[in-house]
Amino acid sequence: MSESSAPKAPSTYYAPADLQKFGQIAQGNPALAEAFFGYYNQVFAEGALTAREKALIALAVAHTVQCPYCIDAYTSACLENGADLPEMTEALHVATAIRGGASLVHGVQMLEQVKRKGMA
Amino acid sequence: MSAPARSLRARRDPLAEPAAQRARLDAAMPPGPRFEERLAAAGWPALHRGALGTLQLNLGKLCNMSCAHCHVDAGPDRLAENMSAETAARCVELITALDVHTVDLTGGAPELSPHFRPLVAAARAAGRHVIDRCNLSVLLLASQSDLAAFLAENEVEVVASLPHPKAQSTDAQRGDGAFARSLEGLRRLNAVGYGQGDPRRRLTLMHNPAGAFLPGGQAGLERLYRDTLRRSHGLTFDRLIALNNMPISRFLAWLEAQGQTEAYMELLTRSFNPAAVAGLMCRDTLSVGWDGQIYDCDFNQMLEMPIGGPSAGRSIFDLDLEALAATPVRTGAHCLGCTAGAGSSCGGATA
Repeated sequence: MSESSAPKAPSTYYAPADLQKFGQIAQGNPALAEAFFGYYNQVFAEGALTAREKALIALAVAHTVQCPYCIDAYTSACLENGADLPEMTEALHVATAIRGGASLVHGVQMLEQVKRKGMA
Repeated sequence: MSAPARSLRARRDPLAEPAAQRARLDAAMPPGPRFEERLAAAGWPALHRGALGTLQLNLGKLCNMSCAHCHVDAGPDRLAENMSAETAARCVELITALDVHTVDLTGGAPELSPHFRPLVAAARAAGRHVIDRCNLSVLLLASQSDLAAFLAENEVEVVASLPHPKAQSTDAQRGDGAFARSLEGLRRLNAVGYGQGDPRRRLTLMHNPAGAFLPGGQAGLERLYRDTLRRSHGLTFDRLIALNNMPISRFLAWLEAQGQTEAYMELLTRSFNPAAVAGLMCRDTLSVGWDGQIYDCDFNQMLEMPIGGPSAGRSIFDLDLEALAATPVRTGAHCLGCTAGAGSSCGGATA
């Protein structure tokens, strides 16, 4: 019996090597992939924001959406563009603060309902 | 990345041997085409030279620093491998005889060689542009208190290593306190007119990553350095060049210690950029070792890969320019370090 050429079933949901295969997503729809990657590359080109600033934003967003591929990619991009660990850590705290704050600010809804329905 | 106290040679690290480095790099290559096959596919069946433009002289391995990424394995303990008076005298002859526009002095810390200043003087007298590849901290040595003035007087371009415009990353690569000493070196250069737009006092900063990644865009990094150094320290420079870390010598030893050698070779291979080939320094530079041997570049020199062709012409004492022009550049897996991303040469990005 010859060995199958089909990819083996992955042992985990995330494999670091898969990041380099991102372009293969074009197989199902080349036109949409071309449009997406064209847009993506334009977004990250130097513009009103520098490549370094965009990499720091992307790093923070990557942690918010908890994408391990994006965390790998934008840790590298931050370092490549001269960001250092204190800057990267502060960017993460911005994401963390917004994420935590988003929960906490809903507390106003809770508070008002308590005031409406409660006797306190 | 923290700077080792001593050279690989002093630590008796097996990777002090160039043959061991070459074998390790070959073994660490990812599957797929090798450097030479990638070159051929990009239209370079052999890597031939263009016109000779730069004579790069490596004055030896002696250095006052021991940086973690050093491709020379230089350091204060490297007292033996430094240029002799006889070799320096022959270099002076070549500076005049060869049709080159630039004489590029490197090391080690080239300024520590007793032949540095006579070589600068000879090159300037012959009308050559002179580059001093300077580690900045050498300017602070008591024996070099007049170095900044000497460089300014002789209109030498200073190409100074500064991996990052902040202390943490710089010190991680170059040793504790290196950033502060570098700033003081820059201050002394600024004080004698460097870094203020005067082409006779050109101050070029050289960025290389403090780790196993490639440099980002050179223009963006230059802006970051310019803003940070001016705002935080009141220092100026003329331009910034970005170089890739070569996976040889101490940077290779660091990759090995981190378990990153395969990943770095994969990164370099994946980032192969055919557009970076034409501007490679090996195509217009003749690299001379401290002992007078001739190489295609400083990296081949450190890997002990002398120029190809007849062995008779491999020294400055029997240089044969015609044979050299017909001989392709010797290449290996390490060459991927110069063709990755935006490319990397002694002049920075090549693509």
